[in-house]
Amino acid sequence: MDLLAQGLQLGSSVDWHAVAPDVILTVTACVVLVADLFLADRSKWLAMPLSAAGIVVTLVAVVSLAGQRRTTLGGAYEIDSFALLLKGVFCIIGLMVLAISFNYFRTGVRFQGEYYFLMLCSLLGGLVMSSARDLITVFIAIELISVPGFVMTGLRKNDAKSNEAALKFFLFGVLSTAVMLYGMSLIYGVTGHTLLSGIRAALVVGRDLSPAARSAVGISVPGDPIIVLSVFFIIVGFAFKISAVPFHFWAPDTYEGAPSPVAAFLSTASKIGGFVGLLVLMFTAFPDVADVWRPVFAVLATATMTVGNLIALRQRHIIRLLAYSGIAQSGYILVTFALIDPASPAVNSQALESALVYISIYAVMDLGAFAAAIAFARRGGTYFIDDYAGLWQRSPVLATLLAGFMLSLAGAPPMAGAWAKLFVFLAAINAQVYWLAVVMGANAVIAAFYYLAIVRRMFLEPPEIEGPVEVPFLLRTAMGAAALALFVAFIYPPIITTLAGGSIF
Amino acid sequence: MPVSYFLVLSALLFSIGVYGVLARQNAVLVLLSIELMLNAVNINLVAFSALLGQTGVPGQVFALFVIAVAAAEVGIGLAIVILIFRNRQSVDVEEMSLMKW
Repeated sequence: MDLLAQGLQLGSSVDWHAVAPDVILTVTACVVLVADLFLADRSKWLAMPLSAAGIVVTLVAVVSLAGQRRTTLGGAYEIDSFALLLKGVFCIIGLMVLAISFNYFRTGVRFQGEYYFLMLCSLLGGLVMSSARDLITVFIAIELISVPGFVMTGLRKNDAKSNEAALKFFLFGVLSTAVMLYGMSLIYGVTGHTLLSGIRAALVVGRDLSPAARSAVGISVPGDPIIVLSVFFIIVGFAFKISAVPFHFWAPDTYEGAPSPVAAFLSTASKIGGFVGLLVLMFTAFPDVADVWRPVFAVLATATMTVGNLIALRQRHIIRLLAYSGIAQSGYILVTFALIDPASPAVNSQALESALVYISIYAVMDLGAFAAAIAFARRGGTYFIDDYAGLWQRSPVLATLLAGFMLSLAGAPPMAGAWAKLFVFLAAINAQVYWLAVVMGANAVIAAFYYLAIVRRMFLEPPEIEGPVEVPFLLRTAMGAAALALFVAFIYPPIITTLAGGSIF
Repeated sequence: MPVSYFLVLSALLFSIGVYGVLARQNAVLVLLSIELMLNAVNINLVAFSALLGQTGVPGQVFALFVIAVAAAEVGIGLAIVILIFRNRQSVDVEEMSLMKW
């Protein structure tokens, strides 16, 4: 009886409206898994509309929380405009990935139902990560994102490439988790808190105390070797997840070997999940020790942009090209971390805002590009860029859409990618970190080469293969919606900037 | 006992794990080395939790979560290793080179 009373009390201490989106998605995932058991083989595809409906309801729950600020589960879980924007982004990624996956899994691969279940679980990790304000919650969220990813990557059981991709992704993923956890355990020991707000407070106290008082309280200074070490370990752990150079080796292989829709999911949801975790940790737990880690991010950002772009120049396989382009795009987002200044809230909020704008736009344009690549590779098509020659004459619509996504990734008008790059660039100028702005500019020029090479090949070269490329309805819708969204956001950027602008912790 | 003993132990375990991951060629042994690293984390967490006394409960909870997640990861890792063994009769990590650059 006592236990029951305690359980009820625990239940009533949870703000159920705040956790509603996550709960709805959890229920959806379970329903999909069970429904898959009872569906006959030829109606297994019903798992997809079921998942889509669940994500739409989740999105409704997210919208119903708009403008609110709630904290629950003892401060470990927070709803604010930052969390809501990112939950919305994750839901949209989920819907787009479902549209991209449908025909691929319906015709080609077994394990349809399992795939949708795993995808929903991974997506749930992203939703939890957006609200996580506690080391334990951040850890659980990042694992919830990654672990289903390992399985999804290896879903083509008899394909040696898929096996290899899964093993590489798994080993790097688990290794990075271990490194990250070691850093987390040290920071927990130094500060005595797992709540991010508690960690921040403890670090500030440590900074302001005199050395004698510090040793009496047992709290270290920022710049203490143990704090440097633990923050560095945490950054390395996340650098694997976001495939930052030099921790990027797994990404191109994993994307190439995984089923292509899974690659699309990993390069958006999984990567963005890592970025959200980093943003939360750096902006809410460690902003006062920014002097320690800002240079690390400056180096990571420079290396990631440059190496990603240079290797992308020589890729012949569209998925590998998108993988390296994704690595370079991570570099641009990493720039925002290198701008943080404990003394200047204005610079910090601009950096956070530009990171959020970049993340939101990146998700849509990257998924669009993956959708186009998958559409082209269907029915005996290929992933090789040489075969894109003359696509304009074969399928003008597909060629135009793909060209739009490439322009957006390159940061050229008339697509929203231009604003994404510009905002990060302006944030760097405002923070007076001019050299990073210059590196960004130079990289945008290098990147233009390989993005525009594809556009040139599609529009100016004669086709080697005749006949239009047949694109199924859902893929067409996904690409059209993504392109339209990018175009509208280019014409009227406040659509996205107002959402990101309010998202200060 | 001072907490530093535990920290040294866990640092040693962690380093052995890192060495194993880098040097071993058998995928199962790589997995085992990663387990060592995760257990180093657990020792850290529990030692700090004991040091903090009454307020150290989150550390123990954290350690429990790490144990649970590590179990889930090993389950999936071994499944992937078995899959690879079925397809190529070998679990040598060095041979995983179908894709490069």
